[in-house]
Amino acid sequence: MTASLLMLQLLNGLQLGILLFLVAAGLTLVFGVMDFINLAHGAQYMLGAYLAASIGGALGSFWLGLLAALPLSLAFGLALEWLVFRHLYARDHLAQVLATFGVILVIDEGVRQLWGSAPLNVPQPEGFSGGITLMAGLTYPSFRLAIIVAGLAVAALMWLVVERSRLGMLIRAGASNAPMVRALGVDTGRLFLGVIGVGAMLAGFAGAMAGPVFAVVPGMGDQVLILAFVVIVIGGIGSIRGAFIAALAVGLVESLGRAMMPELMRLFLDAAPARQAGAAVASMLVYAVMAAVLAWRPAGLFPAARA
Amino acid sequence: MDRRSFLGAGASLLAMPAIIPAARAQSAAVKVAFVATLSGPAAALGVQLRDGWAAGVKHLGGKLGGLPVETLVIDDELKPETALTRVRAALDRDKVDFVVGVVFSNMLQAIFRPVTENETFLVTANAGPSTYAGRGCSPYFFTTAYQNDQPHATMGQVAQDFGYKRVFVLVPNYQAGKDAAAGFRSRFKGEVVDEVYVPLNQLDFANEVAKIAALKPDAVFTFMPGGLGVALVRQYRQAGLADIPFLSTFTVDEATLPAQREAALGFYTAATWAPDFANAQSQRFVQDFMADYNYVPGNYAAQAYDAASMIDSAVKAVGGKLSDKAGLRAAMEKADFTSLRGNFRVGRNHYPVQDFYLCKVVQRPDGKFATSTVRKVLSDDVDPYAGECRMRAT
Repeated sequence: MTASLLMLQLLNGLQLGILLFLVAAGLTLVFGVMDFINLAHGAQYMLGAYLAASIGGALGSFWLGLLAALPLSLAFGLALEWLVFRHLYARDHLAQVLATFGVILVIDEGVRQLWGSAPLNVPQPEGFSGGITLMAGLTYPSFRLAIIVAGLAVAALMWLVVERSRLGMLIRAGASNAPMVRALGVDTGRLFLGVIGVGAMLAGFAGAMAGPVFAVVPGMGDQVLILAFVVIVIGGIGSIRGAFIAALAVGLVESLGRAMMPELMRLFLDAAPARQAGAAVASMLVYAVMAAVLAWRPAGLFPAARA
Repeated sequence: MDRRSFLGAGASLLAMPAIIPAARAQSAAVKVAFVATLSGPAAALGVQLRDGWAAGVKHLGGKLGGLPVETLVIDDELKPETALTRVRAALDRDKVDFVVGVVFSNMLQAIFRPVTENETFLVTANAGPSTYAGRGCSPYFFTTAYQNDQPHATMGQVAQDFGYKRVFVLVPNYQAGKDAAAGFRSRFKGEVVDEVYVPLNQLDFANEVAKIAALKPDAVFTFMPGGLGVALVRQYRQAGLADIPFLSTFTVDEATLPAQREAALGFYTAATWAPDFANAQSQRFVQDFMADYNYVPGNYAAQAYDAASMIDSAVKAVGGKLSDKAGLRAAMEKADFTSLRGNFRVGRNHYPVQDFYLCKVVQRPDGKFATSTVRKVLSDDVDPYAGECRMRAT
């Protein structure tokens, strides 16, 4: 493998990691602050992609679609909180998993009724049609670079809010000991509502940005959701910093693993079985990493301090 | 946690009303159970299949062989146990005369024995696994599609004909993906520079695209159905690789083109039929289909349409006497109907003997995207398993 190809694979891993971070950030906050498991988070990612694609298609501009998808995702997250989630906070995790799983089914089927089950056409982001040449014969689409930059900007913004603002202090305090925060006179109901809404918007943003690159199909959120859970488990539940580092790690492991595993396997096996075994091992690699991290640090890399 | 079965359980509740008799029961009617995958990520294919059947029945005046048709549409939800339960009910309770449709081979595997052992005719309009083409052939089983290996082998022949020396193969890591790679290699004699297997839930093809650019093959062969194909085609185009010929099967077709659009222009696929076929029957089908459903019919729809024509010809041949199984079988073997594909006959294993074409993606005058015939690649092609079939008497 040449240096330029390796660099390209690193870039791909970074970009996948950034996308995972956008989804995992909301998930880890909701899980950490409210001790609430929201399986519907992946469906919100899907909804963001559908909203951006269809509004963008109708208006003839990807960016307008993206712009419209953000408040709609936020509103949808708030509506879900009001309709479903707030009735589940006091219940155990099993009830939350079952109920939010039901929400996935409803949203998936709703999307299918509204948009059909065929993959959706997505307008290509104008101004980002070209790319840069990192390797002879291969264009790296500039929109992928835009995803990386946007993700890093969101990460920086979230770090500022969570670590440096009064609101962030309350969120972190809520993650450590919610009853105490409530006892000190903070309206945790509104705090939770805000966290859910922002989480949904981030997931919607990730979906909208993923649309022009990946396929917009019903159930597209499920694949991302599983990886996002891996990310928050590795990163430590409730930690934005953990989610960021774990997301990049998962993205890189997933990306480099797929690129290199078949070659590695060829050291032990013939070409044909090496390809298949390599592919199989590569798809298990992130879970192996998760298991290793959990064995070493059962609470993840950067767990929120628990009282 | 098994997310898929959870999803399916919910979807089954929603899909229940799908089992609706299309016509009121009459004294003598042809009862057909139409099985298709109508929920889940692959539902677009099932919808094509169902609409193709409906278009066929409509052209026949709502009758098959002069008898009114009663179609029970069954959603198999891509779950073998659901397919089995619902088809059993159709056999035992509704006493259907034909079971038609079936998108996926594993759904066919679930219902094959119950249907054929019940001595009911099973006519698939898409699934064509090797299992029932050779030793496992049955007098009650027919398909109007193809044997699964054939389209991949067609692409292998295309690569050979174009004189490509080095081809990059990219398939999903499951049985159908491995079969696709094997089918391609059965006729391609050049070098396969790399064979890459990706997981079925792959999101991003950036790694594979980079690998292709690094290896600079003469062409790429791939089989990436559904959403996988949409992501791959888009990223292949975005990476500026479109100069490397893109040979594919079930990756760019009328089910995925509405999402791929310009990104797929000029990409190749192998098929038994394309919407631009010149024969009158085919042109009438495409025109009426688009008027009714407002999308371009693909192979799936055309094959289901042919299934309606085939059953119509058989019921006609026995004079509407549906209990005459031997007569129905003999008539279906004759295939005395005008196929949308033109050249079509039924082989000894009840799989079609037909031509395979190289097609490529074009934009139609109305702005929609479709596949268009480039040239015939294989003529009167018999699948490689037909020789092993010893067909029993009915």
